[in-house]
Amino acid sequence: MTSYLRERFSLRRAGWEVLTPALTLVVAAIAATIILLATGYSPVSAFQNMWSKGWELEQVVDMLNRATPLYLIAIGAAIGFRMNIFNIGVEGQYLLAALVASYVGAQFSIWAPAHVGVIMLTAMAVGAAWVAIPAILKVARGVHEVISTLMMNVIGIAFVSAVLLRWWEVPNKVEARDDLPAWFVNTPNIQTREIPESGRMPDINNVLEVFTRDIERGQTGAPQKYLWGFLLVAIVVGILYHIYVMRTRHGYDLRAGGANPDASLVAGVDPKRMILFAMLMSGAVAGLAGLPEILGRDYAYSLSFTQMLGFNGLAVALIGQNHAVGAAFGALLFGYLDTAGPILDSSGDAPEEIIVIIKGAMIFTAIIVYAVVRRRQLADQARTASAVLAKRDSGEVDEGEHPK
Amino acid sequence: MTSSETMPAGRVRSTPLTPLIELRGISKYFPGVIANENINFSVAEGEIHALCGENGAGKSTLMKILYGMQLPDEGSILIKDETIRFHSPRDAIDYGIGMVHQHFMLADNLSVLENIILGAEPTTLGYMQQATAEQQVQDLCDSYGLTVNIHTHVEELAVGQRQKVEIIKVLYRGVDILILDEPTSVLVPQEVEDLFVTMREMKEQGKTLIFIDHKLDEVLEIADRITVLRAGRSVATVDKTEATAHDLAELMIGSELPVPDTYEDTVVEEILLKVEGLNLDTEELGGSGIAAELERRQVLTNVNISVHRGEIVGIAGVEGNGQAELIEALLGTRQVSSGKIFMAGEDITGWSTRRRREENLGYIPEDRHKMGLMLSSPLWENAMLGHQGSRPFAAGGFWLLPSAAREKCEEIVEDFDVRTPSVRVAADALSGGNQQKLIIGREMSMSPKVLIAAHPTRGIDVGAQAAVWEDLRVARREGLAVLLVSADLDELIGLSDRLMVILRGQIVVELDPAQVTPRELGSYMTGAQV
Repeated sequence: MTSYLRERFSLRRAGWEVLTPALTLVVAAIAATIILLATGYSPVSAFQNMWSKGWELEQVVDMLNRATPLYLIAIGAAIGFRMNIFNIGVEGQYLLAALVASYVGAQFSIWAPAHVGVIMLTAMAVGAAWVAIPAILKVARGVHEVISTLMMNVIGIAFVSAVLLRWWEVPNKVEARDDLPAWFVNTPNIQTREIPESGRMPDINNVLEVFTRDIERGQTGAPQKYLWGFLLVAIVVGILYHIYVMRTRHGYDLRAGGANPDASLVAGVDPKRMILFAMLMSGAVAGLAGLPEILGRDYAYSLSFTQMLGFNGLAVALIGQNHAVGAAFGALLFGYLDTAGPILDSSGDAPEEIIVIIKGAMIFTAIIVYAVVRRRQLADQARTASAVLAKRDSGEVDEGEHPK
Repeated sequence: MTSSETMPAGRVRSTPLTPLIELRGISKYFPGVIANENINFSVAEGEIHALCGENGAGKSTLMKILYGMQLPDEGSILIKDETIRFHSPRDAIDYGIGMVHQHFMLADNLSVLENIILGAEPTTLGYMQQATAEQQVQDLCDSYGLTVNIHTHVEELAVGQRQKVEIIKVLYRGVDILILDEPTSVLVPQEVEDLFVTMREMKEQGKTLIFIDHKLDEVLEIADRITVLRAGRSVATVDKTEATAHDLAELMIGSELPVPDTYEDTVVEEILLKVEGLNLDTEELGGSGIAAELERRQVLTNVNISVHRGEIVGIAGVEGNGQAELIEALLGTRQVSSGKIFMAGEDITGWSTRRRREENLGYIPEDRHKMGLMLSSPLWENAMLGHQGSRPFAAGGFWLLPSAAREKCEEIVEDFDVRTPSVRVAADALSGGNQQKLIIGREMSMSPKVLIAAHPTRGIDVGAQAAVWEDLRVARREGLAVLLVSADLDELIGLSDRLMVILRGQIVVELDPAQVTPRELGSYMTGAQV
C-alpha cells in the first residue's frame, strides 16, 4: 500500500466526518427558519441575536456549564450504545446519584480532594446501583433495557422527590447571589444540607480569563458568572473514555459486542459480562452528571435542581455518534442552544420553545444524515477502490502494491 | 439425461434463440471491486440457462441487477426488446421475473401455505380467500412434486423441501422467468436429482430458468446453454452440447479445475483435539400459549472424536443433525451436558471461549457475515477479532496496538491475496470471497493448534475454493489438527484423512475417504444406509 494512497483515504475520511455534523446543523437551521417564518417571527433577527449575544463571554460560561453535565451523560450513554445497550435511564440515574451524593457529602468534612473524591465515587456508585437492577434483569431474564430503564427513571424521579428529599430536607433560605435570578432569592426551597467548603469544587474563571477578558463583576464585586471546575473532570472523563474504547482490548470487546454480537461471542467475548459491565459503567458515568451543579453552585440538592439533562444527553451522544470528540461538539452545541433560548425570549425574537424544536429537528436530521452520508461514503470508497484495482489489474501498478 | 429428450418440442422450436431477456453492457462497481464490467447476457424463452463463474465473478450481482435488487451503474436491461429499469424486486415480479435465493427466506413458524401466499394473498375487499389460496397452492405443490401437507410448519421440513417451498412461492406470484441462485449448494446428491426433476418440469410448463452454479457436472446435466463469467466480465456463452467440464473450467478460472486432494500423509500419533463421550441437551419452549413448557431435546449423543496433529477429520451430515451444536460445544459457547473436550492434552471442558481461543483454537465460521466479521469496521479491526488479546494486536492483553494491528493486517492481505485497496476500508466493501480470505488469513496466521473449519468454501467459487483448500492443506502440513464440517461431499472426501458421519446427533459411521463415493456418503448422511 502506498503512503500516498493511505493519505488520500484518510483525507477523504476526514472530509466525510466534517460533512455530517455540518449538514445536520444546516438542516436544523432550515427547519427552525421555516417554523419561525410560519409563526410570524423574523428568523434573521432571531439568528442575529442568538449569534451576537450568544458569544459574549458570560454566555459562553453558561454554555460550558450546561455542556459539562450533558457531556458526562453523553459519555455514559455512549458506553452503553457501543455495546448496543440503550440506557435510557440516565435521567433517573443522575438525579438519584446527585441527591445521594449531596447528602453523603454534607455529612463530614475532610481534606478537600478526598472529600470531592468521596462525593464523586458516591455518585458513580449510586448511578451504577440504579442501573444494576435493569442490568441484572436483562442478563438473567432477557428483560429489554429500554423498558426497564425507562421504568426505573420514573421510579427514581418519584423516589427522589417523594421520599429521599423529605427525609433529608433542611430548613433553608436561598441567599442572594449574582448568578441566581431575583425571584429565586429568599423563596422557600426544599433541599438537603449544604456540603461544607471542603467538598466543593472551586470555579475555574481564572483559567478561562487567561484566554479571554475578565468576566464582568456584579454589585458585590464578585464575578457575575462562575465557570464550574467540574468541566475539567468532564474533559478527563472524555479522554479516558476515548482511550478505553479505542486503545484497550476491553474497549475493543465492547465495540465488537455492539457491532456483531454473534461474531464477538465466538471471538471470546462473554456477552452477559459485557452487558453488565457496559450498563454499570454507563450508569456510573451518568451519575457524575449532577455534580457540576451541586459542587460548583448549589452545594446541595434542591427542588430547583436541573432536570431533563438525561434525555438531552442521550441526544448529544447520538449527534456525537458515541465518539468522544463528536459528543463534545454535540454537548457544546446543545449548551449553546440552551443558553440561547432565554436570549430569544428576552429579546422578543421568538419564544424559548423554538430551541426545543431546533434540538428535535437536529436529532431527527442527525439520524437521517448519518445514514445517508454513510451510504454515500461507501459508494465513494467503491469508486476510488475500483479505480485503483482496475489500474492494478491492467498492469499500471504503483510501487509497493501487492505482488499479485 | 440430455436436454433434447425432455425438451418440450413446441415451445422451444417456436422461439429458438429470440432473446427473452437481454442485458447489455451491464457494469456495477462496489467498494474495492468491479463486480460487473460491460456484461452482455441474453436468455431465450423456455431454456435453462446456467450462469457459471468463480465466487466474486459477478454472478450474484448480475442476477440481483436483473431482479431489481440493485441498479446497474451502466448498461440496460431489455425484456422482449423493451428497455426497462427495475427499482425493486416488485418491479421485476411485475415483469414475470422471480428469484429463489441461496439462503432461504422463509418464516419457520408459518405453514407452507402461509409462507407461499405471504404478501400475495388473494383477497376480496381485504378479506383473505382461504379456500382459493389453498386450492392454488395445492395445485402448484402437486405439479412440482412437493408432497408435504401444506399446513405443515416450515420448520419441520427438510432442506430440499424448503427449497421447493421457495420455488413454489415464486411461481405462485405468476412469474415465467426464475432465477435460482446456487440452488444445489445446500442439497445432498439425492435432493439435487429431485431438484433437477422439478426444474425440467418447470421448463416443460414453459418457464425460463436462469441457474447459478459452479459445479460443472450439475451445470452440464441440466442446462441448455451456459454463460461463463470471470472477474466481472462475460467470457463466453456456449451450448451444452458443445461444452465439456474441462472447457468450462478453463473458461472460469483460466486453468484446469482444481481437485481437493491432500497428497501426502502427514498424520502423527499425537492427539490435539479429543472429544470424549459428549452429550448435549437443549431446552426449548415447546407447545404453545399457556400450555408451553420447556422441552428437553438431546442434540448430541455420546460423540467421540479425536483429531491428530497433521490430520483433517471431516464431519459429514445433513444440516441440522448436531454439527452446529458440536462446533458451539468445542468453542465453548454452549454448555455440554456431559463429556469432556481435550485440546493438546489439556481438559478444556470448563474453559471460557476466550481462553480456548487464546490457547490457539482457530475457527472459520460457516456464516461470514453473522459469525466472522464486523461489517462496518475497518479490515484491520476485523483482522484481530478473536485474537484481540494476543500479540501483535495487544500488549499484555490490555493495551491495543492499532499500528501493529494494521501492519499485521497488511501481512494477511498480502499472504492470503485479499483484494482490497487499503486495510482501512470497511469489511463491508469487500466481496464475499475476499472476506472469506481475510477470515482464513486471520485464523491461520495466528498459528492455531486446532482449527475448526465450518463450511469453509460455502458460497465461494472455484478459484477461491482452490485457495481455501490449499490453505487447509498447508495447515495440515504444518501440524494443525483440523476438524472440517462441510456439506460439500467432494470437499469432505478430497480433503479428509478420516470421515465421520453425523446423524441425529450421533456419529453413525467412520469412513475411509479413499474408499467412499459421494453417493454412498449421501446415503449414510440421510440414514438410508447404516
